[in-house]
Amino acid sequence: MRRLICLITIALLLAACGQPGAQNPTAPPIITPAANTVPTTERLVLMTHDSFSVSEEVLAAFEQSAGVKVEVLKAGDAGGALNQAILSKSAPLADVFFGVDNTFLSRALAADIFLPYESPALAALPAELKLDPSSRLLPVNFGYVLINYDKAALAEAGRTPPTSLEDLAKPEWRGQLVVQNPATSSPGLAFLLATVAHFGEGTDYSWQDYWRDLRANEVVVSQDWSDAYYTQFSGSSGAGPYPLVVSYSTSPAAEVFFSEGKLAEPPTGNLIVPGGSFRQVEFVGILKGTAREELARRFVDFMLQPEFQADVPLQMFVYPASPAAALPELFTQFAPVPEQPAALTPEAIEQGREAWIQTWTELVLR
Amino acid sequence: MNWRLLALAPLLFFAVFFLYPLFAILRLSFAGGLAGVAAALAEPYYWRVLGFTVWQAALSTALTLAVGLPGAYVFARYDFPGKALLRAIATVPFVMPAVVVAVAFGALLGPRGLLNQALQALFDLPRPPLRLQGGLWLVLLAHVFYNYTVVLRLVGGSWASLDPRLEQSAAVLGASPRRVLLLVTLPLLLPAVGAAALLIFIFCFTSFGVIVILGGPRMATLEVEIYLQTAQLLRLDIAATLALIQGLCALLLSLAYTRLAQRAAVPLGIQPQAAVGRRPRRPRERLLVGANILLITVLLGTPLLALALRSVLAPPGSGQLFSLAAYAALGENRTGAAFFVPPTVAIANSLRIAATTMLLALLLGVPTAYLLAAPAMQNAKCKMQNAPASSDASRLRRTRRPHFAFLDALFMLPLGTSAATLGLGYLIALSMPGLGWLRVSPWLVPLLHTLVALPFVIRALLPTLRARSPGQREAAAMLGATPLQAWLRVELPQIFPALLTAALFAFTVSLGEFGATLLVARPDAPTLPVMIYRFLGQPGALNYGQALALSSILMLVTAGAFLALERVRPPGGEL
Repeated sequence: MRRLICLITIALLLAACGQPGAQNPTAPPIITPAANTVPTTERLVLMTHDSFSVSEEVLAAFEQSAGVKVEVLKAGDAGGALNQAILSKSAPLADVFFGVDNTFLSRALAADIFLPYESPALAALPAELKLDPSSRLLPVNFGYVLINYDKAALAEAGRTPPTSLEDLAKPEWRGQLVVQNPATSSPGLAFLLATVAHFGEGTDYSWQDYWRDLRANEVVVSQDWSDAYYTQFSGSSGAGPYPLVVSYSTSPAAEVFFSEGKLAEPPTGNLIVPGGSFRQVEFVGILKGTAREELARRFVDFMLQPEFQADVPLQMFVYPASPAAALPELFTQFAPVPEQPAALTPEAIEQGREAWIQTWTELVLR
Repeated sequence: MNWRLLALAPLLFFAVFFLYPLFAILRLSFAGGLAGVAAALAEPYYWRVLGFTVWQAALSTALTLAVGLPGAYVFARYDFPGKALLRAIATVPFVMPAVVVAVAFGALLGPRGLLNQALQALFDLPRPPLRLQGGLWLVLLAHVFYNYTVVLRLVGGSWASLDPRLEQSAAVLGASPRRVLLLVTLPLLLPAVGAAALLIFIFCFTSFGVIVILGGPRMATLEVEIYLQTAQLLRLDIAATLALIQGLCALLLSLAYTRLAQRAAVPLGIQPQAAVGRRPRRPRERLLVGANILLITVLLGTPLLALALRSVLAPPGSGQLFSLAAYAALGENRTGAAFFVPPTVAIANSLRIAATTMLLALLLGVPTAYLLAAPAMQNAKCKMQNAPASSDASRLRRTRRPHFAFLDALFMLPLGTSAATLGLGYLIALSMPGLGWLRVSPWLVPLLHTLVALPFVIRALLPTLRARSPGQREAAAMLGATPLQAWLRVELPQIFPALLTAALFAFTVSLGEFGATLLVARPDAPTLPVMIYRFLGQPGALNYGQALALSSILMLVTAGAFLALERVRPPGGEL
């Protein structure tokens, strides 16, 4: 009996500590209004995807200067978070949304959930990143999806990396490449888009022909990036069987950064071949229906300013949109920006995506 | 009659937190007309997917029962060293996110997994001899891996509470052990076996992570298609149509089971567990017990062990064999990130949410189970009066009002409802004016988990509640006990093992829940599975190492909590 009472008490106590953040000094008090010591401070809610990250001090500096508490609402992966924002547009849960990428740009704009904002910081950003002429979505960062290769595995086999996308469909690269399903994975979709842009549709050798050949060449398809990279790819710590994987241009740098100082050189390399990379640009926008538009604008400005921009590379492993932001040495050394990424406009992507994914599924999976 | 009022709370909960969000998403999905329904129904591909979904679920259920039933028997009837620990280990897979299970299988069977490395070292082979291939067999293996504990707990629990004198009487009357098993034991266990089979079938029927990650991209269940249509294409009408088909299948199946279970329930009186376990003595008994221990160790233990071992192995070429660097790194905020959460906080989050879920699920599930079991009790009384005329009793049972069976099946529905659909339903429901506070409330995650845990709680309790014999309680009442005293002193000890099973299920369902949590958890309050997922989303040895380290911590926390909960005894002690 005593044990039972004891246990129920413990369970109740555990349950009663239902206010995290309050009893936990190490985590920043982000959401709980009750944890807010200054009652006059306003709150600003940022909705974003699960990969969003920022340095504690950079965020704290903004909060101090603007006199605002930033709450962050993470809503699953990039596609899922945007769907949430679209579906809750009648009563938005947040003031600012970060994490629309160029593959979803058109859908986001068509859903009409963002307010236009001509931020003064826009002037300093490269024109090629400003994909929304109505300035409802402002570019914050960009990254490249391309193929990573396992240096050790290729060296052991005495081979040099392939030099073109076409090489991958040749017999000597049979059963070596892992890609992600474009229907379930954002890098998977990006790589499909790269091939669509490179080979084209209705050409002598179309992207459909290419994927037909890749399938015949035993391309391996994973459902998501984690499985492809950690379970299938031989260059990661998961040590799978295949030496080539679709990943990001910053993955080799991240391998060095997260090696606990053990690696001076990345174990993997970027396969920089013509048409073999796709640029993903991520945007921020102010959600329609916000009661704090002025504050939201300050936050958007903040995301485009040097402090936040310089913080982007090592927090999210992407490149800052602002050319003025200094890149860390890790990036200049191991994550050079690939030339001639595939070019597809957001409108073309929105128009083609569903049919391309459908065709791809028929060609490669069924 | 006031116990019926008590049942209003779970009904209200169910309406607000399940039916309302479901209604919200269905209304939105079909706002643009029913064209999507026709399109989905006319597409032969979806019918093939439905066929495959049913087939793999049936296969997985049959396989799990085949592997699990002998284990349930051994755990119910024998005592042996390490029993509690083995039972705890069997629970651990239940809470593992699918991606971690994939990593665990990879760590064991992958090209550089422990088994291949050992074989290569032993036989001096140049290439790894085993090749891990995704596909149906891996999916079935994973489903058995996940659901073994369901059979062990539900059937094993019932088995242990079964009065062994019934079997002994049959044996004395000359029945062979096989006849006893087929004609006495199994019929009595039927409600529990059915409950386990139903839970496992629905669990596999709505399987998502296992199919997507271990089955490979060519495999699709309805749930996978619903996810694709929802998350990637935002074709809500098609997704909702598929979700309705999936829900309907689950409902029909639950209904069929409910009728079967009501018919099969025999109020016998329940034997407390401690009275029936004994040590295996004869060689055949030892062989049986040993074989089951071996099965649990190999099937469930080795992938988990490989995972734990990988988490402490130093990277090759570092000169050391073992390293705790990944564990140490969990406590450091290397990048100064604003959303850094130390592992202790994630453990506390997981435990707090699981404890809250357990309490909520019991508070709501116990009255519900009593409500659903009530008609059987009234029949039981009749049966007591009519003594052995069981045909009378079954005739009486058939006169029962059918809405109870429907209600019973309805409470299973959260498990059969597409998580992708319900998740969106929640978000829409919560975006109604005036409900926004709940979206960021710390109560949201436990409430969601409670919804998933309720079917387990009800299924764990019902077979026992229906098997209660009112005789002892009535005797207590005759001797002057108040109803509360009679319940506390007589009934509670009887139903306690089932109550404990229910509590453990609620606790572990919450510990392992991942999809819904990821969607709504606050960034400063992630659970362990959410943190594991985050680490696996970034390249680099340290991220991988930390994911493995956290997975090992999740295993330890689960096993530890399980062992602690199992030590709880009913008030009044052993009977």
